[in-house]
Amino acid sequence: MLSIKNLQARIEEKEILKGINLDIKPGEVHAIMGPNGSGKSTLASVLAGRADYEVTAGSVEFLGKDLLELSPEDRAREGVFLAFQYPIEMPGVSTTNFVKTAVNEIRKYRGEEPMDAVAFLKLMKERMKLVNIDQALLSRSLNEGFSGGEKKRNEIFQMAMLEPKLAILDETDSGLDIDALRIVAEGVNKLKSKDNATLVITHYQRLLDYIVPDYVHILYKGRIVKTGGKELALELEEKGYDFIKEELGEEVESPL
Amino acid sequence: MSEMLNTLEQTALSEYKYGWVTDIEADEAPPGLNEDIVRFISAKKNEPEWMLEWRLKAYRHWLKMSEPEWANVKYPKVDYNAIKYYSAPKQKKTLNSLDEVDPELRATFEKLGISLDEQKRLSNVAVDAVIDSVSIATTFKKELAELGIIFCSMSEAVQEHPELIKKWLGSVVPMTDNYFSALNSAVFSDGSFCYIPKGVKSPMELSTYFRINAENTGQFERTLIVAEEGSFVSYLEGCTAPMRDENQLHAAVVEIVALDNAEVKYSTVQNWYPGDKEGKGGIYNFVTKRGICAGVNSKISWTQVETGSAVTWKYPSVILKGDNSQGEFYSVAVTNNHQQADTGTKMMHIGKNTRSRIVSKGISAGFSQNSYRGLVQVGKNAVNARNFSQCDSLLLGDKCGAHTFPYIEVKNSTAQVEHEATTSKIGEDQIFYCNQRGLDTETAVALIINGFAKEVMNQLPMEFAVEAQKLLAISLEGSVG
Ligand SMILES: Nc1ncnc2c1ncn2[C@@H]1O[C@H](COP(=O)(O)OP(=O)(O)O)[C@@H](O)[C@H]1O
Ligand SMILES: [Mg+2]
Repeated sequence: MLSIKNLQARIEEKEILKGINLDIKPGEVHAIMGPNGSGKSTLASVLAGRADYEVTAGSVEFLGKDLLELSPEDRAREGVFLAFQYPIEMPGVSTTNFVKTAVNEIRKYRGEEPMDAVAFLKLMKERMKLVNIDQALLSRSLNEGFSGGEKKRNEIFQMAMLEPKLAILDETDSGLDIDALRIVAEGVNKLKSKDNATLVITHYQRLLDYIVPDYVHILYKGRIVKTGGKELALELEEKGYDFIKEELGEEVESPL
Repeated sequence: MSEMLNTLEQTALSEYKYGWVTDIEADEAPPGLNEDIVRFISAKKNEPEWMLEWRLKAYRHWLKMSEPEWANVKYPKVDYNAIKYYSAPKQKKTLNSLDEVDPELRATFEKLGISLDEQKRLSNVAVDAVIDSVSIATTFKKELAELGIIFCSMSEAVQEHPELIKKWLGSVVPMTDNYFSALNSAVFSDGSFCYIPKGVKSPMELSTYFRINAENTGQFERTLIVAEEGSFVSYLEGCTAPMRDENQLHAAVVEIVALDNAEVKYSTVQNWYPGDKEGKGGIYNFVTKRGICAGVNSKISWTQVETGSAVTWKYPSVILKGDNSQGEFYSVAVTNNHQQADTGTKMMHIGKNTRSRIVSKGISAGFSQNSYRGLVQVGKNAVNARNFSQCDSLLLGDKCGAHTFPYIEVKNSTAQVEHEATTSKIGEDQIFYCNQRGLDTETAVALIINGFAKEVMNQLPMEFAVEAQKLLAISLEGSVG
């Protein structure tokens, strides 16, 4: 469904992605791990179409379309969803109103009628349960004054409402306590089907105990330097990121 | 910021969708202003002598005044002798019923989304429609009359209710108040009069729609609302104008009187033609709006959504004279392209335990300038006066400006006056977040703007709120790429 070939991107003259190759098929869960600053969020942003990044080489095909040719909103409408590492605030716009607008914009793109209020509320009630989120939170201004955990749960709630084909979760686990982590992970698992795929970006192995990946990729300095099964995550956790450096024959900085 | 803001600067003007001209023969005064013109207007309206005298007094006073320059707006001087002060759509004879209104005119109002059709009772809004200078028709008159409510054109009120007009006209905004109120007092051609008798709560919204149609015509309407003891009324005002290359002057006066325990809610959706994207044409909107909470426990609430006009200069105010009276001002002012708005309010606390609340939301895009100017005055006898002011500005792009001029004058130490102000920019992050959820940039901006303005929009009556939301989106169309 997603095929990334030699993707290179930069921001303000700084090369960040230096040739990413990645293939994701329907039904699969891929995890991308890597130290801070390795380019994980950049990859997510480039896939979602953020204008700040300049793609300098490579291609991305998504469901037979050239993803890089599409506007950010059309990518979303085609089924790419990004759960943001840092969700933004929208004063005065409730989550309910926001999601309703999003759902109907996507339906419009597909040539469907807007969802009526009753059907929308029904769907919302059902999806709220998935992430254990309550109505009161959804009536408040989107992300304004939300705790870290509430923001992340809200992202997954939106994902549940929009039913994407490819969900990219950018450090959705960071800032979550173990209970919230479990709730979020369970929500993601319930949304999994043979037709959609998930790309989980994380710094820690912890989340992968709950969302079990088919593949784990290690991103390091803008390249995928190692790919393996779920064991790779455990190995990484055990040995730390230094083991990648050793494998690559780089000098490991002394902790002192 | 990067690309987006560059496109932001390439602001394209949204189509002003009310910009058509109705082809109606008009009965006009020649351009220019002198005593003869004042007499002409008065004679056209068959006015009693006292009204003519009042006008002439205002005119003579106006001659001695000069145009104010303190507002944060720039515009070429108005040539008062190039303006026509009277233009009435020509009608063949006096009308006996609405059915006889010129079909062209009716079509005009239909385009505006105003139905003069009394059959459409569902809307439950009584409408007085003023085109160019003259009130064309007032709906639901009979139903209102049964309750003792008077809702009619100002010309009619002068004829039918001279005692009320003599008593209240100019009582809140004296003819000598300012340059534009003096001008208006001299040449006002029509407007609406609304009188709610003691203890009556108006069962429907009363509404006036103003439209400037004829070329080079000034529009000077005069609105007077009197709410007797214990009464309530919600009043709506809407305005549009055709697209013209020349600037047109609109200088209205609105006066509100609320007696003991009375409440008046006045809502405006101002959508005068703002000029084109180079700043050519558009309406100069110089308006004096003031209410007096004359009685105890009375309340006056102004809500305005200002999206139109090339230059707006307006400060709906409340004189809080009665003890325990309340004044409110809720405003959203949107400026785009080369529009300039200097708007705000004055809350004058005179009585004890008087309260006022100011919520102002300014949205600027393009090359526009948007200023909030507010004065909170607490007199020496205004024990326990309270004011809360919130002024927020939102910028789209970096060629526009937002300014806040809060003035506070407190002469009583028990007063509590709070002022909060914020300025923010629509962030690329917010837009991208919306894009990522399938919203295009226009939709995203509309959503963000409406969220920003929500507290004010919530004050509008339902039927107005929907229209106002659309207007906000339309007036900013094309301002973000
Ligand atoms: N707006 C930006 N301007 C300049 N450098 C940036 C910007 N955003 C990210 N970077 C740099 O790009 C690199 C990768 O960042 P990021 O993709 O956020 O890493 P990760 O998500 O893996 O922690 C980092 O070195 C970071 O400093
Ligand atoms: Mg990151």
